[in-house]
Amino acid sequence: MEMEMEMESQKPFHVDVGNLLAFNPFRSFPSLPASRDELVKECLQEGTKLVQAVADSLFNLPSTEDVDGPLVKLPPPTSKLPREKHLPKPKPPTKWEEFAKKKGIQNRKKDKVVWDEQTGTWKRRFGYDRVNDDKDIPIIEAKMTDEPGVDPFAKRQDDKKKRVEKQEKNRLQNLKQAAKIGALPSHVQLAATSLPITGTQAPPKKVTKDELGNVAGMAATSTASGGKFDRKLPGEKPAKKQGKHRKFLPVVEGSGIGSREKEQTESVLNKLISKHSHEILNVGKAVTMYNVKKEKKARNKRNQEGKSSSATNKLKPKKQLQKKTGKKGPVSSKKVKAK
Amino acid sequence: MMKIKTPRNGRVRRELEKRAPKLVETGKKTLILQGTKTSGTLNGVLSEIYHLKKGGAVRFTRKNDNIRPFESGGETSLEFFSLKTDCSIFVYGSHSKKRPNNLVIGRMYDHHVYDLVEVGVENFKSIESFTYDKKMAPRVGSKPFIAFVGEGFENVDELKHLKEVLLDLLRGEVVENINLAGLDRAYVCTAISSNKVYLTHCAIRLKKSGTVVPRMELVEVGPSMDLVVRRHRLPNEGLRKEAMRTAKDQPKKKIKNVSSDAIEGTIGKIYIPDQKVGDVALPNKAKGVKRERREAKKKEANERASKKQKEESE
Repeated sequence: MEMEMEMESQKPFHVDVGNLLAFNPFRSFPSLPASRDELVKECLQEGTKLVQAVADSLFNLPSTEDVDGPLVKLPPPTSKLPREKHLPKPKPPTKWEEFAKKKGIQNRKKDKVVWDEQTGTWKRRFGYDRVNDDKDIPIIEAKMTDEPGVDPFAKRQDDKKKRVEKQEKNRLQNLKQAAKIGALPSHVQLAATSLPITGTQAPPKKVTKDELGNVAGMAATSTASGGKFDRKLPGEKPAKKQGKHRKFLPVVEGSGIGSREKEQTESVLNKLISKHSHEILNVGKAVTMYNVKKEKKARNKRNQEGKSSSATNKLKPKKQLQKKTGKKGPVSSKKVKAK
Repeated sequence: MMKIKTPRNGRVRRELEKRAPKLVETGKKTLILQGTKTSGTLNGVLSEIYHLKKGGAVRFTRKNDNIRPFESGGETSLEFFSLKTDCSIFVYGSHSKKRPNNLVIGRMYDHHVYDLVEVGVENFKSIESFTYDKKMAPRVGSKPFIAFVGEGFENVDELKHLKEVLLDLLRGEVVENINLAGLDRAYVCTAISSNKVYLTHCAIRLKKSGTVVPRMELVEVGPSMDLVVRRHRLPNEGLRKEAMRTAKDQPKKKIKNVSSDAIEGTIGKIYIPDQKVGDVALPNKAKGVKRERREAKKKEANERASKKQKEESE
């Protein structure tokens, strides 16, 4: 079956040598060929024609001989494609560069090694074992303008530190200005060290491991079951119990000598309703405590009187001591009788 | 408070500089990944595309459930991957009942989605199914010829878009010099109907002909498939304008009052305003002022002298 195709007699293909591209906009397929093979063959035929057209212009370009074969310089591609990244913006001049331009200061190239007069060798300009190192100066002569108590070596170090800090600050400002325009150099990143907190510039407090561990537990107590059945992450330990450990007796237990509930109640009752009064109170201890207190009081008084008059202390009458313990006996027995 | 972070390593620094935006761009890297479900044919398609673009492609083999290129929220993962792997074209394959053997080819601008084309793959034939003389097999990374046939590529909107995307995908590196002996592959895309494109990859055999230009012969080697265009999303106008800008497009700022001459070189014009003679302050005290002062002093002295005389006389 003959295929109907429309073909232009001339071949104005759109050829883009820069991309090795050829486009034939004049070929149409009004009816597809019956078999796939026919279609494939036709496509290949058309493709061959187009590739031949590109090769025609390609091989006619001026070529240079290379080791592997003829090298050809391709013309720039004509079909425009979108970029993948934005156009790079030129770096804005830094504050020093602007100042230098205004004043006409030229940048002089400096050598890496400098002749050191003192040792008579070539030394580095910066780095280890450099030419004019601050630390190598053995003696600093005092000037009239120096204050007496100031250490000149420490002062030099401080000055250097301040200079370095100022330089860093200026560098940061320059980079911030570049970042504002969008022309930050590719290897530099500006990272915020702390969140912009309104008010004081306090840095965020670092949380300790224990605190973090407690946080999950604190949230768990808001659930109805106290966080016991919450789904835990792999490796998470069960929450620590907060508060006093309360021990309760079992509900059902056999009676007998070892019955715990009976023991518990018995001990409580005994404490409250005691038959032997002296079990509650330690008589000897009470007496000594009272005596000691009294003696102390007397001593203080005597000292005070002794300061005013040095009369004999020994002739003072001793106060009578009363036993207070006797009162408790009848009271407790009264209670027993009431029950 | 800001901190300056710079790489401590030369290798890292070089990598960052490679990824920085350049004035003239070389090829784009391709990211090949798949969605929730893929079919056998789709797996074959993705791996063959990866083979074809071996030098500049990254293949992800896990399934990504949360990537839906045509939905507004489903692109974040894609953009993240694009940022991390520095890829600007992606090929996303998925298979579902509604869209079988689906392939979404998309491009990125500044690691954000620029445009998308969704095609379905039919009649896929893999590399293994072709028999050919192995000596002619195209080498990895060679620059291909690309041929588009069919009026559909000019008339139909979606096919025009597909043509642009396919060119970007198949192009390879943008080079200035090319070795003519290394041309050994060609892609042929024919628009067989208003929404179908037949894409095939062929090896080139150069045959002797009478002239400098050899005769080309195409032999089908690589994968061949039918692409049915389903959906597409064009970039919005502003983004397109920005992406199409090149370095030469920037208008050169004209410097005023400067002209160049063939003989004298660069000439500049300086305009001096009229001098206001009367208002200018004199730099140093003129003689007139000194004289005035002298005379004033003399006068005073005379007056004093005359006063004294008067007193004396009186």
